[in-house]
Amino acid sequence: MISQSILFSAPLIIVAGWGTILLAIDLFVSRRRWITPLLAALGLVAAMVVVLLQFGGQAELFNGMLIQDTFGSFLQLIFLLTAVLGIALAYDYLKRLGLDKGEYYTLLMFTVSGMMLMAMAGDLIIVFLALELLSFPLYILSGFARPAPASEESAMKYFLLGAFSSGFVLYGIALVYGAAQTTQLNGLATILQSGGYPHGLMLAGVGLILVGLAFKVAAVPFHMWTPDVYQGAPSSIVAFMTVGAKAGGFAALLRFFVVGFPALSASWAPVLVGISALTMIWGNVAAVAQSNIKRMLAYSSIAHAGYILMVLPATAKGGLASIAVSSALFYLFAYMATNLGAWGVVLAVEKRDGEGGAIDDFAGLASRHRLLAFAMAVFMFSLIGVPPTLGFVGKYYIFQTAVHANLIGLALIGVLTSLVSAYYYLRVVVVMYMKSGEVQPRSELWLNGTVGLAALVTLVLGIVPAPLFDFASRSVLMLFGS
Amino acid sequence: MDLLSLLIFSPVLGMIVLLFLKADQKRAIRWVALITSLLTLGLALAVVANFDPSRPDLQMTVSIPWIEVSGLPIAYHVGVDGLSILLVLLTAILTPVSILSTWTAIEEDVKTFMLFFLMLEVGVMGVFLALDLFLFYVFWEFSLVPMYFLIGVWGSDRRIYAAIKFFLYTMAGSILMLLAILWLGIQGGTFSLPQLQAAGGIPLNIQIWLFLAFGVAFAIKVPMWAFHSWLPDAHTEAPTAGSIILAGVLLKMGAYGFLRFNLSLFPQATVRLAPWVAALAVIGIIYGAIVSFPQPDMKRLVAYSSISHMGFIVLGLFALNTEGLQGAILQMVNHGVSTGALFLLVGLIYERRHTRLMEHFGGLWKVMPIYASITLIVTLSSIGLPGLNGFVGEFTILLGAFHSAVLGSPLYAAIGVLGVILAAIYLLTMFQRTFFGEVTEEENTQLKDLNWREIVSLAPLLVLIFWIGLYPKPFFHLIAPTVNHLAATLQAAY
Repeated sequence: MISQSILFSAPLIIVAGWGTILLAIDLFVSRRRWITPLLAALGLVAAMVVVLLQFGGQAELFNGMLIQDTFGSFLQLIFLLTAVLGIALAYDYLKRLGLDKGEYYTLLMFTVSGMMLMAMAGDLIIVFLALELLSFPLYILSGFARPAPASEESAMKYFLLGAFSSGFVLYGIALVYGAAQTTQLNGLATILQSGGYPHGLMLAGVGLILVGLAFKVAAVPFHMWTPDVYQGAPSSIVAFMTVGAKAGGFAALLRFFVVGFPALSASWAPVLVGISALTMIWGNVAAVAQSNIKRMLAYSSIAHAGYILMVLPATAKGGLASIAVSSALFYLFAYMATNLGAWGVVLAVEKRDGEGGAIDDFAGLASRHRLLAFAMAVFMFSLIGVPPTLGFVGKYYIFQTAVHANLIGLALIGVLTSLVSAYYYLRVVVVMYMKSGEVQPRSELWLNGTVGLAALVTLVLGIVPAPLFDFASRSVLMLFGS
Repeated sequence: MDLLSLLIFSPVLGMIVLLFLKADQKRAIRWVALITSLLTLGLALAVVANFDPSRPDLQMTVSIPWIEVSGLPIAYHVGVDGLSILLVLLTAILTPVSILSTWTAIEEDVKTFMLFFLMLEVGVMGVFLALDLFLFYVFWEFSLVPMYFLIGVWGSDRRIYAAIKFFLYTMAGSILMLLAILWLGIQGGTFSLPQLQAAGGIPLNIQIWLFLAFGVAFAIKVPMWAFHSWLPDAHTEAPTAGSIILAGVLLKMGAYGFLRFNLSLFPQATVRLAPWVAALAVIGIIYGAIVSFPQPDMKRLVAYSSISHMGFIVLGLFALNTEGLQGAILQMVNHGVSTGALFLLVGLIYERRHTRLMEHFGGLWKVMPIYASITLIVTLSSIGLPGLNGFVGEFTILLGAFHSAVLGSPLYAAIGVLGVILAAIYLLTMFQRTFFGEVTEEENTQLKDLNWREIVSLAPLLVLIFWIGLYPKPFFHLIAPTVNHLAATLQAAY
């Protein structure tokens, strides 16, 4: 039993363990700055290979504390991929800013291991543990540009609010335990089905956990920290955070509501409809007013969290749960490719002193660096949801789920806010293509390569999305034991 | 690959070649684009040659499974029938004409311009040929992107404003359509238009909602009155080639949408709402004409006149009888040819004088006789002079509207006729102020008349103006069976 548990948690062990070893290795190779990122990336790739080799298995590990299934594996692949691309984006950028220290990469591996743990969580205690493991390195990484005040401020804010939200989650777990005498998700599901537990206490617990996780995915009204943190933190880590941390939060939300608490859906589904609607509306409306690209993308990430949240109430409709979860997974992948790419372009335009973050600083990019501008245009259209991009297919999938679940009102808000979003995403395209300016984009191998790859994925999978559909829908089958 | 797919994606071939050319090889770039568009025209003619005009159903259909989203199949499904064949042909003709018009007008970043232009042709062809609702939506939205760039990058002074307005307006319409498409797909278990048509059976109250969701998208694109405010800006600011395609083809996408989707998918709702839509169309006819009159800018005048002319087309469609529908389809071609030619002519004079304001001209007849005579023909065609194409279309439409059972009153046609008279007033006034009288400004005496390239680019349009005007039978012949079939279906829904 225990050997099987270890075997199936191998990817997690590889990432966490290799990160620890790398801390020591880094001491000896600090002269050659390229070794640590390379080794970190290799470790992540190795973990990815193991995930792929084990894909398809299903088991409860460590007495049900962890669950190994394809749903978790899909998310783990997203985390690992994000991290590898995140390293590629960061390498040149950190060198430019004089921040190229090995700790960056080891911390990145630790936060990834937290996310991977989250994807496997079968117990609320693990959810909390994973939440902390993924958050702490991110607090530090946000302040990585120390002693730049903006970066320190960002780290401080993130830490305080993050700690606060963790408190909510923990308190919620305690209440749930008080009501049900178990913290295992499967066990909870059984108890909830049979009834005979203090209803109010349970609801309070679920509510508090929801609040805490909503902080993590930056859902309105728990999103306040996002713009400030994203603007101040080093852009390379923000690029990673917008995708990784968000997907981590969604890993928890999906497991939590779909596996643990479907029986209570009559109570939480309306709340999530409200949160999703508010998140889409506020995220998109506030983004319109931003003149700084990092803040704009921060609000955009809030808005996209709102679109993904749409699927949670849909899971409550009978028979739709698996479609809903697979549409969320698909969307997360689409968002990963598009958003990492967009941040890559932001990194390329940002100047040495951290200036160059205004949208107007992108003026003339099309004539200076044709391909970079083209890639950015692809990302912007993908974020709006214009065919033939991956973002369009992702949105389509989510809206289809919503309409299928008869959440027409929510879908309507979704499409209307997409229209609002067109305004601010297009502004970037306007500035790049239709205004002239003195932008000096970087041409750095890894950075530009990553951007190019992301653009290619966004376009090719936008035209031929069938493999990704199959992959996402196969991944969720096990979640529902079919 | 089948003929229709070849037709849709043939411009991609040229785009690939363009990618390998350097940005400063402008001559080569222009020729590649032109030859590509002529190749597409050849393929379109081949489609017409293979088209069996005696059949009312869809022809040359291809259906290849594309994606399956949670049990709902989406197919690459294309086909052509009498409703779309002329529009395909129109697109294929106007594209090379537009490319020729850019020969000296576009000097900046020619390569990207041509890439977008060919991309636009792919999108438009796809819209006219798609038979899967999802595929249709993909092409519909996709065609937005190149047009947005064409206006925004190569347009005149207020181009950015116009480009964004164009994009947001069109998108505002299409997102509601997306929801309606989703609803239809989920209920029917397919996105295939023929299958959904055959299934039918949507309750009237839901039909009305769906009709409106689709209708807003198309009404914005046409544009019908109350949804039109993007049009004058987009047309005026777009480069000449963009205006030609915008007026000639993109507006037709809206009218075609009504024809292909609203009329056949929601027949009961169509019958119920037809008087309202026709009323909007008539308001558009009169409004467009009145607003055209005081415009000092020739391009803006032509733009507003489009609102009026497109009103006729919608009126014809919603007469819901054979004459109305046939006239509307033919008038789509006529408007594309005539207004396309007008934009081209305005573009030619703008290229020479860098102004489009009528007050700067006068007496051009003496300076540019060829230009003046061609403009006269095109103007008269746009007014609807018997013997030229506009007359045939408008007459058939008014005939249909006059005795339409659904509209139930000859009033629509009666008010619509006023539009023809008003068109004569504002168009002839424009002609008079520009060409008659003395040459008022010094620069105008030096203007060169049309050169060979310009005449060649106008020639196909002139041929069509006379051909349709004098002998429209071959055109009606192509569309008649399908239209009769559609009219009969609608009759059953009364």
